[in-house]
Amino acid sequence: MSPTISCDSVYKIFGANANKLLADSNGSVDAKQFQEAGCIVGVNNASFDVEKGEMLVVMGLSGSGKSTLLRCISRLTDATAGKILVDGEDICLMNNKQLVELRREKMGMVFQNFALLPHKTVIENIAFPLQVKGVSTENSMYKALEMVELVGLKGRENYFPRELSGGQQQRVGIARSLAVEPDIWFLDEPFSALDPLIRKEMQDEFLRLQGVLNKTIMFVTHDFDEALRLADRIAIMKDGIIEQLDTPGNIVLNPATDYVKKFTEDVPREKVLKIESIMDPKDTNASDNLKVSKDDIIESVAEKILNSKEIIKVIDPKDSSEVGSINPSKVIKVLFGG
Amino acid sequence: MDKNYLETIRNSKPAQFGILILIFLILYFLIPQSENNYLWRLPSVLKGIPLAINNVIFNALYEWFPLKVWDPVFEMYEEKAAFREFTKAVSQGLLFLITVVRELLLGGDKIIDVFVSDSWLKENDWLSWPALPWTATTVGAFLLGYQLNGIRLGLLGGIGALYISVFGNYVPSIQTLSFVLITTPICFVLGLSFGIWGYLDKKVETALQPVLNVMQTMPQFAYLVPIIALFGLGDHAGSIATIIIATPPMIRNTILGLKRISPEVVEAGLMSGCTKPQLLFKVLIPAARRDILNGVNTVIMQCLAMVVIASFVGAKGLGLNLKIALNSLKIGKAAEAGLCIVIIAVILDRFTKAWADKQKDYFENLTFFQRYKLLIIFAISVVIFSIIAFISGGYFDKINYLYVIPIEKGLTIAHYIDGAVDWVWETFFYSLNSFNKFLLTQVLGPMKHAYLGMPVIATFTLAMGAAYIVGNSRTALIVGGMLLFIALSEYWDRALITMYMGSFAVIMASLNGIILGSIFGRTERGGRILLSFCDFFETFPSFVYLIPVIFLFNITDTSVLIAAIVYATVPATRYTVWGLKSVPLSLHEAGTMSGVSAFQRWTNIEIPIAFPTVMLGVNQTVVFSLQMVILGALIGTEDLGQIIFGALSRTKDGAGVALTLGIFVSLIAICVDVIVRNWAEERKKALGLA
Repeated sequence: MSPTISCDSVYKIFGANANKLLADSNGSVDAKQFQEAGCIVGVNNASFDVEKGEMLVVMGLSGSGKSTLLRCISRLTDATAGKILVDGEDICLMNNKQLVELRREKMGMVFQNFALLPHKTVIENIAFPLQVKGVSTENSMYKALEMVELVGLKGRENYFPRELSGGQQQRVGIARSLAVEPDIWFLDEPFSALDPLIRKEMQDEFLRLQGVLNKTIMFVTHDFDEALRLADRIAIMKDGIIEQLDTPGNIVLNPATDYVKKFTEDVPREKVLKIESIMDPKDTNASDNLKVSKDDIIESVAEKILNSKEIIKVIDPKDSSEVGSINPSKVIKVLFGG
Repeated sequence: MDKNYLETIRNSKPAQFGILILIFLILYFLIPQSENNYLWRLPSVLKGIPLAINNVIFNALYEWFPLKVWDPVFEMYEEKAAFREFTKAVSQGLLFLITVVRELLLGGDKIIDVFVSDSWLKENDWLSWPALPWTATTVGAFLLGYQLNGIRLGLLGGIGALYISVFGNYVPSIQTLSFVLITTPICFVLGLSFGIWGYLDKKVETALQPVLNVMQTMPQFAYLVPIIALFGLGDHAGSIATIIIATPPMIRNTILGLKRISPEVVEAGLMSGCTKPQLLFKVLIPAARRDILNGVNTVIMQCLAMVVIASFVGAKGLGLNLKIALNSLKIGKAAEAGLCIVIIAVILDRFTKAWADKQKDYFENLTFFQRYKLLIIFAISVVIFSIIAFISGGYFDKINYLYVIPIEKGLTIAHYIDGAVDWVWETFFYSLNSFNKFLLTQVLGPMKHAYLGMPVIATFTLAMGAAYIVGNSRTALIVGGMLLFIALSEYWDRALITMYMGSFAVIMASLNGIILGSIFGRTERGGRILLSFCDFFETFPSFVYLIPVIFLFNITDTSVLIAAIVYATVPATRYTVWGLKSVPLSLHEAGTMSGVSAFQRWTNIEIPIAFPTVMLGVNQTVVFSLQMVILGALIGTEDLGQIIFGALSRTKDGAGVALTLGIFVSLIAICVDVIVRNWAEERKKALGLA
């Protein structure tokens, strides 16, 4: 099956003669050179796929081009060069009508500062994408009411955005982006404008929703911890270049560049890594008393493993088959270094 | 050593201003006053401009692009200029619309006349649209207010309408209302369209800016003569004059509002799958609603402020009554008409705001009668009151009080007001008179003399130098170019008098505003009260300010200047309060912890931070002062305004003269604006607020 989103050598360069400069550069873009020529490099040669149902988190500091990349894929800005396929169709070649159609049917997006329409109530905001699509007022309102319940805002349908807290506003933003039941869900730093406690709560809520909905997701954040918590895979960006794209475990264990290393250094590994990443092959000596899942985060099962003092079987939670073993010494190594 | 010294001057604005003033004074006293000396006065080589403008207008009206037009009276084709046909169509269209609204409310047969022949109408003189009885209008105003925002707004509408009716101002008020109801939507549509166009296309916005500047700073009088030439006299001419004045703020508000929308909201609209029209009408315009509605509000206020001036070109209503009362020095009557304008202004203001905030309930399940309850009540009350009024027609003889209470039969408190004015006049005559005399001989006279004794080279040095210091060489050239245009005409001396009156009013009004704003604007409550005073005073048409001062100070420069100062103090105060409000709380706390005294807080924290905002207020003050100074021509001054006003009775080249001088006044205002705005921007940057 082809990936839901597929980017091939995508460039986004801001500036008057970006096209010419890019054509002259033969694909090897140097941000400094371009800057001297009056151009700013937003995205530099990005190629990757996002599979159906996968959550890709794009992580980078401000100015790294992560939001620009997201906007190229939603075509809120036009990429300067490259191919962006959504369900096999190149969106860069789409005309305005096709684009409107695509967004009405397949895409939803959540914004950093919520971007709610200030003149509309909660329910009107959520129903908005349905109404521009031409759904009747009655049907769109009932659908919107469902969404209100989904994000836990029941009773606040007739509030205006200004009457809601930041977390509540973002719930409305989430509900709006889901109203047309899109396959692809874009989230542009959705929790960055929220307080830390609310952020944690919203992340949990988000994981709950994803558990129910199973969308294909691109999630942009500048918060490495958030990326680790949520992602199936993480893309780390710097100056428009994707430095590394891999699973959270691999990024923490094997940072590809010094830049990535800086982020991973202080990350407590046991809180990120799954048993899978440190397990040994199947061992016939393994005890039958205890089994752990390969998807368990190390920290959550560390106590059990260390208490047992034996080699333990690791299983695949899907079919309970044995896939490997784990030695308590490995766990001690992760926890205390050495 | 020397180099350091030069460096200091280059970096110190006060030193630069000092040197500039020194040069100015040297030039002032050295240049001999002689007509042949071009450093004293430039030759008036642009004398021909008014006539040229006039010729353009007349050629456009009578010669350009002739069309063959069928004349139904003479039953033949005639050659007529396309432009004239256009202005005629505009005039007739507007007049028709105004008449429709007017007759719907006041009754009459003019509209019916359009659809049937004259003679048939004469034979059937029963055929006339009945007037809406004032009782029904009052109920309507109450119900509308109630529907919009509950009982309080309903009472405001109802009591307002009741007052107007019982005091006999029903007819002129409805005339004024019909004028506003037609003019406002036109301004709205024009302003919104141009605003959207300017938002979508940067080039259009750049082109619009200078045009809007001129339109907004030109004295209203200057438009009147050309409008008479192009459109003739009548309500439509007043409406056109108002459209010219009231549309620019609508355009500006629209552009401002659209620009303020966060880019994320636009993106959210796009990601929701909006097409371009949907994005415009469902996202952009509603999201900018607050600013756009402020624009509508300004338009309504401008319409009401213009009713008196519009009466000079034939608009009927409260404005005309006010003008007539003033001309015959009936101050009580004038005050009553003015009060009605204020009442209408307040009601329309609150109604439009409430309408804007109205919310829709999607889950209410109402029957037809519940939904249209108030409309039905209104319809029933119209029928009942009409029947009552019709039946009681037999009971009253001549005047049917249940339809309309005519002005001479209404209640009035005019004679009390007149009595109060007389009392003030008699009691304070000597003190007022001696104050007036002192001001004229000791302050205003010498000041005027000093302005007139200024050699043209000195004026240019001062203006361009100031522009250079606060801006750059480009700013200086802009200011110089605009002034040169005036200096090369034959009206430079008049312009100097306008500048003298304008600058006196601006300085006094700014001082007043800054002091008032600083005293009361320091507390939240005081600021709010002061701002509501500003709102209240701003709803007065500018004309109203002239009423009391004429009585107190006769027809002198003092009267005009005091009116101008009071009028222009409003924006200065408003912006000072806003400026003080913009001082962040943390700075206040830092000041408190540093142990500042109240005065130190004012000089060291509040004024510096509020300065850019206060300067924008001063900018407004300039426009307000000049408007009033020109308006002062009505009661006799000898500046540009006098000639603009005089042009109303000059048929040959009146339009050209009025337009030219109007542009001169607007150029003066724009010169000051350029300098002040640059200054404010620079301060903003220095404070890191930009």
